Amino acid sequence: MSDTDTEIQDEAINVDTEKGNFKYPENYEFDAGVGLTEDSVRYISNVKGEDQWILDFRLKALEIFQKKPMPTKWADKDLENIHFDEIRYYLSKGQVPARTWDEVPDDVKETFERLGIPEQERKFLAGVEAQFDSEASYSRMKEDLEKEGVIFVGSTEGLMKYPEIFKPYFGKVIPTSDNKFSALNSATFSGGSFIYVPKGVKLKQPLQAYFRINAENFGQFERTLIIADEGAEITYMEGCTAPKFETATLHSAVVELVALKGAKIQYITVQNWSSNVFNLVTKRGMADEGAEVKWIDCNIGSRLTMKYPGVVLKGKGARGEVLSIALANDGQHQDTGAKMMHLADNTTSNIISKSISIGKGRSTYRGQVHMPKHLKNCKNNTECDALLINTNSRTDTYPAITTRGENNTVQHEASVSKVSAEQIFYMMQRGLNEGEAMSLAVNGFVNELMKAFPMEYSVELKRLIDMEMEGSVG
Amino acid sequence: MTTVLEQPTNTTNHPAWLSARRDAGKAQFEMLPAPTARDERWRFASVGKLSIDGFAPAAAPTADTLAGLVERSNLVSDRAGQLVFADDAQAQFEGVSDELAAQGVIYLPVLDAIAQHPELMEKYFLQESTELGSEKYFGLHAGLVKAGSILFVPKGVEIEKPFVNYYWTSGKMAAVFPHTLIIAEANSNASVVDIFFSETATNQALNVSVSNIHAASGAKVFRKVVQDWNEKTVSFQLDTTVAERDTLVKNVAVNIGAERARFENQTRIEGPGADVKMYSLTVAENSQEFDQRTFQTHYAGNAVSDLLYKNALLDNARTIFSGLIKVAEGAQQTDAYQTNRNLLLDPTAEANALPGLEILANDVKCSHGATTGNVDSEELFYMMQRGIAKRDAMKLMVFGFFEEVIEKVDSDELADNLRELIRNKFESKIH
Repeated sequence: MSDTDTEIQDEAINVDTEKGNFKYPENYEFDAGVGLTEDSVRYISNVKGEDQWILDFRLKALEIFQKKPMPTKWADKDLENIHFDEIRYYLSKGQVPARTWDEVPDDVKETFERLGIPEQERKFLAGVEAQFDSEASYSRMKEDLEKEGVIFVGSTEGLMKYPEIFKPYFGKVIPTSDNKFSALNSATFSGGSFIYVPKGVKLKQPLQAYFRINAENFGQFERTLIIADEGAEITYMEGCTAPKFETATLHSAVVELVALKGAKIQYITVQNWSSNVFNLVTKRGMADEGAEVKWIDCNIGSRLTMKYPGVVLKGKGARGEVLSIALANDGQHQDTGAKMMHLADNTTSNIISKSISIGKGRSTYRGQVHMPKHLKNCKNNTECDALLINTNSRTDTYPAITTRGENNTVQHEASVSKVSAEQIFYMMQRGLNEGEAMSLAVNGFVNELMKAFPMEYSVELKRLIDMEMEGSVG
Repeated sequence: MTTVLEQPTNTTNHPAWLSARRDAGKAQFEMLPAPTARDERWRFASVGKLSIDGFAPAAAPTADTLAGLVERSNLVSDRAGQLVFADDAQAQFEGVSDELAAQGVIYLPVLDAIAQHPELMEKYFLQESTELGSEKYFGLHAGLVKAGSILFVPKGVEIEKPFVNYYWTSGKMAAVFPHTLIIAEANSNASVVDIFFSETATNQALNVSVSNIHAASGAKVFRKVVQDWNEKTVSFQLDTTVAERDTLVKNVAVNIGAERARFENQTRIEGPGADVKMYSLTVAENSQEFDQRTFQTHYAGNAVSDLLYKNALLDNARTIFSGLIKVAEGAQQTDAYQTNRNLLLDPTAEANALPGLEILANDVKCSHGATTGNVDSEELFYMMQRGIAKRDAMKLMVFGFFEEVIEKVDSDELADNLRELIRNKFESKIH
């Protein structure tokens, strides 16, 4: 990037900063301190002005968190490097680290540039601005939603304003005690989205976390609950292809989806964490009779990601799907997968996972398919394909499949491959250099899944893969 | 299971190295905790029901019993040698021909081998423990083993006919510790059949058997295992294979018996050009549980390993297949495959599959597949349309399912015997 470009860019950002001031009160300077204690949990709840039952929920979760062991039996040893005592669990505005645009590393700036991230959003993504005003750009969308009766609020607001809607499902799909990190989130959650789509309402446009962008929304312990009432349909998107430049190293979100009879929920995630982040996320959907829950997940970056979106197929004819792309570069471990719990007849599930390991990167598929009871006509299909780019790249596959019942079929296939020399040779013969050829081959490998993403995401993803592939050959 | 350890182990021929290994084994058995379901290596296993309390090495059966069992040890008639044990007591020993003996072939019961070939035994005996969860029971085996067969085939010697080992259980609450050791030197060729049977259908028994195959470069080893314990037996089979350069090792196992059968099989590929095959078929009925753990490790590149485990399940039976292929860093051009097929014949049966891969090299062909399903209704319909009764059609399909593995035993006599065993097992079951 030339100097003039940078200047232009700086200028663009400078122009926008003032506009970005947000509407939340800014004058409190609370401090939850370092480490997780009863006091800090009470503090978080107090800051948010929560009802007693929410505080009780948090305190109980804290107790469970402290009792639960780390999942060290099978998990990456790297988890031991998380020091819970040194983490700040809640940052009010005063504590958000101040950073200037000059301090943002050049490679991050360059990435923004090349991905074509809107100028207005760059500063926020780089952590220079805590938030930027998205209200204006999306206000028309909001009006439409309100007309339809859709509720789209933050976690605290949802629990306080609409307890009759959200309380019955909050913490039900993923109980606090599900695992150590779901307990951690339950004790400390802030930010995230709570969405309710009324009966029969089919949203044509995807809802995006972006609509409500602010510091909390991208917080460390976000909590999302989406309820699609009978026959409703919703697509939700979180994250973005831009690298999230972060100082906080532990991210532990909980996402619960509830699809009532005949409803459809599609949840799309694209995440590109910086390489110091532990991203430990619990995601699970519940699908009632004839309902469908679909997770589309793309994980790039982070030091260690552990994420296994699941669907509990509770009603007859329910359908669950996980489509997942993971890209592990040098020093990164993408430990991802899927869980399908079949609890009713005629339920079907599909898992397609594609992973790419570059350099010493390691990608792991960990899955569970469970048909434990006397069920009929259930089907599962699982495909895991791994692509290894360099000689020392690594991939693992650890599925666990339990089957019982009548006329159920389960199939699991996994394969490991590399980009063939012939493929590269063919492309280079036609004038591509080796890096471009490799990128093209990798894009071809994930192409089928890429189609599942909305257009603008798949364009950005393609660019992102090109960038990750740079320097991986030769 | 202190009762077992209080029994005196055999007193003959105890060189220092052996005493040390036995003591280490006993210590390992006592020190290690019993398996728990929290251990990933025991995931899905009903560890709570896995009790070895009350079993003890039995006194040798009477001469009549032994003679009767020798009579019944008739699965393979064309053979190079045969050993029959009952409750770890030797019932029959049919040694190698003079011709083979002259070529340096050794085929002996364990205790004789220790006495006559201490150096060979020191090098190989009890040197390969399991890593797949049953280390505790390997320790018990090491402490108490006295029955078993040792086969040593020198360089370049090729033996067409198989060596056949029968391991019977007989007395009540008998604990047995059979050991099969196969050492195939460079460019040799040998095959072994191990047969595990119970004298009665009612006497409870505990088996902790160990089998080690060492295939030196260019060797060909073929091991067939028939496990048909009675359904009162708790069984651990802890098997290992070490395959060096350009070897061809084939394992075929037919598993029918035992109440609880834990099977651990480790394959280590240490030389390029090795080709190791592992085939298994299991029929699980009533409340049987077959718990199969396999580990294929490729340390050297340019080698092949192929695993196919087929399980048919009836009644409330459970099977667990947990396999792992590991390709070590630098083991390029590896071809490793792993397939698990489960056929559920009753809705109450439960199949668990955990096919795993750990790949640390990129230029490899590795795949694994696991399927679980019922008899294909369309195929069934097709046969019934042509006038075959439903019951017969199902039977045909089930035998078709097994035939893929049975064909691999490469001996018409043994294959027919196996088909007979399987037919007996569930002739009455298919409905």
